[in-house]
Amino acid sequence: MTKVSMKVNGKPVSGEVEGRTLLVSFLRDTLGLTGTHVGCDTSQCGACVVHVDGQAVKSCTMFAAEAEGCEVTTIEGMANADGSLSTIQQAFQDHHGLQCGFCTPGMVMSAAALLAGTPKPTEAEIRHYLEGNICRCTGYHNIVKAILAASGQDVSDIGGDAIAAE
Amino acid sequence: MYAFEIDRPTTLDAAVTALGQEEAQALGGGQTLIPALKQRLASPARLVSLTGIDDLKGICVADDGALCIGAATSHATVAAEAAATYPALADLAAHIGDPAVRNRGTIGGSLANNDPSACYPAAVLASRAMIRTNTREIAADDYFEGMFATALEEGEIITEVRFPLPEQAAYVKFAQPASRFALVGVFVARFADGVRVAVTGASEDGVFRWTEAEAALSDDFRPEAVAGLSVDPEGMIGDLHGSPDYRAHLIRVLTGRAVAAAAA
Repeated sequence: MTKVSMKVNGKPVSGEVEGRTLLVSFLRDTLGLTGTHVGCDTSQCGACVVHVDGQAVKSCTMFAAEAEGCEVTTIEGMANADGSLSTIQQAFQDHHGLQCGFCTPGMVMSAAALLAGTPKPTEAEIRHYLEGNICRCTGYHNIVKAILAASGQDVSDIGGDAIAAE
Repeated sequence: MYAFEIDRPTTLDAAVTALGQEEAQALGGGQTLIPALKQRLASPARLVSLTGIDDLKGICVADDGALCIGAATSHATVAAEAAATYPALADLAAHIGDPAVRNRGTIGGSLANNDPSACYPAAVLASRAMIRTNTREIAADDYFEGMFATALEEGEIITEVRFPLPEQAAYVKFAQPASRFALVGVFVARFADGVRVAVTGASEDGVFRWTEAEAALSDDFRPEAVAGLSVDPEGMIGDLHGSPDYRAHLIRVLTGRAVAAAAA
């Protein structure tokens, strides 16, 4: 066991980990931050996406020891300081961007990473960026719509005929 | 996963020393190795993480004009920072896996692993790139030795990859939609003294050069130049995603598309 220290959602944390302890296990089991989900455990689904030093990564495919000294942000760190939902989270609620909700933490973290680098993405850019996030409810259209809305863009022509034409 | 120790050296020398220990294995971005460990396909006693070594990261242009990429540079960084110098390579990097994979996966890790369906080996082979390690330089033509096999010795660490810049180049892949690996991928690079065509995803021997197409394209750099050629399906990969015949067919089609994209 070795000691690992990092900042998670702005707070310094540390704990004892094995070499094989995944970052997601450290977040969920050691820190109790169970908002980050493990969907597939095979690097496919993206439910476990968190930000490490500002970059979206799959926390099931990174060891906790590799995050030593890093700044980690999880879904628990996404709400506004007063506890209200962030713009992206609110957009997911407003546009029904979640059904069962299991993929949502990863979707929100990926969306936040996308918008940080591309503040006004096109619908195609959003769909390309979400390649690594799988929604088993297949709620993609409303997820894309929510992210477009969160970026301040018009979503009135998203859905309906536009979706049927794809 | 079986248990192992993990080292995070910050210098190349420390990494070389750490890799000299019993049953030690290098860890790049881990986007292939960690899934393999989970399946217990690998069981090292010790992993030596190379991503904490700043000297192995970054992109620069050498005096001779070659693009130099540190082995621990992520795909996302190559996609962003090589776009102006070598757009075909940046475009390849921008379509490996998905964004989260690109933020962790490294060029050195991809080349050391030499997955038969990985994208980078095609770029390295077509571009006549030079692979630098902690002990020597290995030409691309001498580096790839078949599926998951390379010229690397035990404990040898890739430090940098140097890409001579072609006059025109493009990479086109037919992505397997679930894994996002290349079902077949073709990298075409046109240099002043000839064209090179490297194919990934197709052969049971890993990445290879399609020399017949190289000869035809060196005379006439148009998609039509390869339209009459065919690839022998013997030795091509056959699996539930595509038969050897299908892959052989894709090689010609994608080579034509890559030439068209390079010339555009």
